[in-house]
Amino acid sequence: MENFDVIVVGGGPAGLSAALSAAKAGMKTVVIERGDYPGTKNVMGGVLYTKATEAVVPDFWQSAPLERPVIEQRYGFLSGDETILAGYRDPAWAQPPYNAHTVLRVKFDRWLAQQAEKAGVMIITETVVEDLLYKGDNVVGVRTGRAEGDLGAKVVILAEGVNAFIAKKAGLAPQMRPDTVAVAVKEIIQLPQEKLEDRFCLEPGQGATIELFGDSTQGMMGTAFVYTNKDSLSIGVGALLEPLIRTKWTPNDLLEALKAKPYVKRLIQGGETKEYLAHLIPEGGYNAMPKLHRQGVLVVGDTAMLVNGLNREGSNLAMTSGKMAGEVAAQCIQSGDLSDQGMSLYEQRMRDSFVVKDLYKYRRLGRFFETHPHFLKVYPEIAANAMHLYFTADETSKKERQKQIMKMVFEKRAKGGLVSDVFGAWRAILK
Amino acid sequence: MKLDDKLYLVRFNTDTLNHIKIADAAVCLKCQDKPCTRICPAHVYDWDDEEKRISVGYEGCLECGTCRVGCPYGNILWGYPRGGFGVSWKNG
Repeated sequence: MENFDVIVVGGGPAGLSAALSAAKAGMKTVVIERGDYPGTKNVMGGVLYTKATEAVVPDFWQSAPLERPVIEQRYGFLSGDETILAGYRDPAWAQPPYNAHTVLRVKFDRWLAQQAEKAGVMIITETVVEDLLYKGDNVVGVRTGRAEGDLGAKVVILAEGVNAFIAKKAGLAPQMRPDTVAVAVKEIIQLPQEKLEDRFCLEPGQGATIELFGDSTQGMMGTAFVYTNKDSLSIGVGALLEPLIRTKWTPNDLLEALKAKPYVKRLIQGGETKEYLAHLIPEGGYNAMPKLHRQGVLVVGDTAMLVNGLNREGSNLAMTSGKMAGEVAAQCIQSGDLSDQGMSLYEQRMRDSFVVKDLYKYRRLGRFFETHPHFLKVYPEIAANAMHLYFTADETSKKERQKQIMKMVFEKRAKGGLVSDVFGAWRAILK
Repeated sequence: MKLDDKLYLVRFNTDTLNHIKIADAAVCLKCQDKPCTRICPAHVYDWDDEEKRISVGYEGCLECGTCRVGCPYGNILWGYPRGGFGVSWKNG
């Protein structure tokens, strides 16, 4: 049996970041990936954050296969055929130090794996890890699906993604439930660069993102998105599984309904669909986060439920957790303390970082939307009606118009409900 | 765009082994809602009315794992295909 210092299960951003930082600290490190090469099994919406990536590979933008730097973020609420929009644009984000880029994961993850290989990481592909290997209570490696496929390690880092098979077996992942995961589907729609840039008012090479709430998910908890790639759009929709089951929508019908919305239709018109993808997103937040360590094991990325749905951040949480896990693994191996207590240093560092702080801050959010479903259904409708009335120029006096708007608002949502909603939102998001 | 046309765009390295199992076909008989037939983004699961069982088109599985979480009876034993098999994204 071949022995390593560190075995990383899974070649996504979390696992590759972990491997890179372990290898840089001098550890003999291997990544075990089930796809043909890292990337071919991996899906996300498409936003990669500069700060977290730069911490793993300095100046990555000079050689990484990126799509477009994001200079504009738009947010929209859909209500029927109506759209309310807000956005922020800063052309400075087209230059270093950037803020975020759109990426396609097959290309990006492959590149990240190559950086890991350059740092000395060995990558074993087309191999599924089936379980941890134990000696007594101690984790001493992994069992893979290959004949004579046992590999030894001092530390195993679980970066196996949302389905977390191994972590679950090791008691390090909670049972996923329909109210803690969202199912997302996405299409890659090819468009000529010039047409794409015109439609999004972008200078050559610049990128934009749009997040859409409300009827983009038929009022279910979730979001839809449109991201600009070099010569394609990533368009997708994700909804919490529980309401999806209850309302009997299919994921593809949700996506088709989104594509038919007047605001979206014009953005994708004439484009050619190149790929259809699906992925689960862990939405359990802080309350669903497992214990992040045990003797000889650390958990990172989606496997640890590290997703901030509100700010659509995930890849950065994955990479930051991976980097810390790689560093802590090396530190524990060097000090010889691989006990649960010794490895708790990772959890401590995570709790001191934005990763767990942000998840903690939004810990009430999931429950809030469950108990206040109006936010995704009634409020977009109220806002759209109010805008419609406000912008309509007719013979109604402005004073009368204001009365009409207030009357409409209270018809759709009683005053008591409004107060409770505002207080609830403040508690769940701002507090 | 129809789902079948979209699935046609996906690249697979299809295994001869089925990586999905229905644990107990009798459970599906008493399941009224059969959410697996709707929630799977690739429509892998279909109710076969003649044979009175869920048919599983594992070859089209996009490996998301939704079925495993969504089956109200935990009756779908879904795992990854063997190494190197299954979906192979072109863009991701």
